[in-house]
Amino acid sequence: MDGIHDMGGRQGFGRVRFTQGATAFHAPWEVRANALYAHAVRIGLFNMDEYRHAIERMDPRHYLTASYYERSLTSLLTLCVEKGVVPREELERRAGGSVPLASASAPGRGNASSRERFKPGDSVRVKLDSVPGHIRMPGYIRGKTGVVVSESPAYPFPDAHAHGVASEDEPTYDVRFRSEELWPGSSEPALVHVGVFQSYLERA
Amino acid sequence: MPDTNRAVQRTASVEARVDAIQAALDERGLKASEAVEELGHLAQEKWIPENGARVVARAWVDPEFRKRLLANGRAAVADLGLAMPKHHRHLVVLENTPKVQNVICCTLCSCTAFTIIGLPPDWYKDLEYRSRVVRESRTVLREMGLDLPADVEIRVWDTTADTRYMVLPERPAGTEGWSQERLASIVTRDSLIGVARLEAR
Repeated sequence: MDGIHDMGGRQGFGRVRFTQGATAFHAPWEVRANALYAHAVRIGLFNMDEYRHAIERMDPRHYLTASYYERSLTSLLTLCVEKGVVPREELERRAGGSVPLASASAPGRGNASSRERFKPGDSVRVKLDSVPGHIRMPGYIRGKTGVVVSESPAYPFPDAHAHGVASEDEPTYDVRFRSEELWPGSSEPALVHVGVFQSYLERA
Repeated sequence: MPDTNRAVQRTASVEARVDAIQAALDERGLKASEAVEELGHLAQEKWIPENGARVVARAWVDPEFRKRLLANGRAAVADLGLAMPKHHRHLVVLENTPKVQNVICCTLCSCTAFTIIGLPPDWYKDLEYRSRVVRESRTVLREMGLDLPADVEIRVWDTTADTRYMVLPERPAGTEGWSQERLASIVTRDSLIGVARLEAR
């Protein structure tokens, strides 16, 4: 989905709020939220792709104003409700207030019908896919051409794995793009490497 | 029933929401509170940048290890007793040189090799870093205190799959003859992400 989470290359954001030695956690509840979602994955309540997708499905206003760990927590709560682990009413009763959840999921999809094996040096183009469900293709590479640098081990295919759709594991290709080609005329020169699933690629 | 409608209209605080799910899972026998103890401890005490620092120091002094690390990061860090989650099937170690600066990010969420380089700092997960570092990396790095010479090529690595990255910073001048422990002590988390270079201190 072309969601608010797809931040790469969006303009208008200011300076990074950087401090040396910045911490990961700022409050005890953040440590707990992080542990609870990781535990839920570990005991099989949901997988990492479902977890990421539930964050992407958050209302954009909520997404932008929530801290990182509030987004984790919202995903955890959403998936526990959707999977029938805990009813929303019980969470709200226990929490003493309303509990914002992410929007419902759209259908996922399986692997591309034909997938090609690439080797380092091959020129590849990212397909012009638009899907309503989960996808791990940042919008800024859609339709763009790059060069394959290496191949990864096979991973679960996120577009299927986030939706309970059967699929084969497939490799990702480390594809090297030039920032000047990703954003012609409005970027600084750099090489941008992206791990792109095989199903998203065609030979250029 | 006392005023339940009003109670449901106010959004519960994040702490109350965490309390709610933790208690609900505990009540179903899913051992949430035990997990908070265990995983909270791991996240704060075990998954720390000192792990990555140890890997870097070893790579600086041991050319064979360095070769193994660059060829198969996951296997090489396992040799040092460092584990990665099952779904992190691949660790790619990115070697900086005088003319190449690697920097990692995750524009879609905030993925990192957290067991090796530590859980990501707040700014790594913020909208500013995620939106800008792929498009205006040189300016972003300069704003963060790393002013690279114009002839240094920047390579940005967006963590969009379950391959994980770690930057191998350059060994600073003036550290000849140092022990691995002393070398590891100067390796920072920010240098493992690629937003800082190192100096002897």
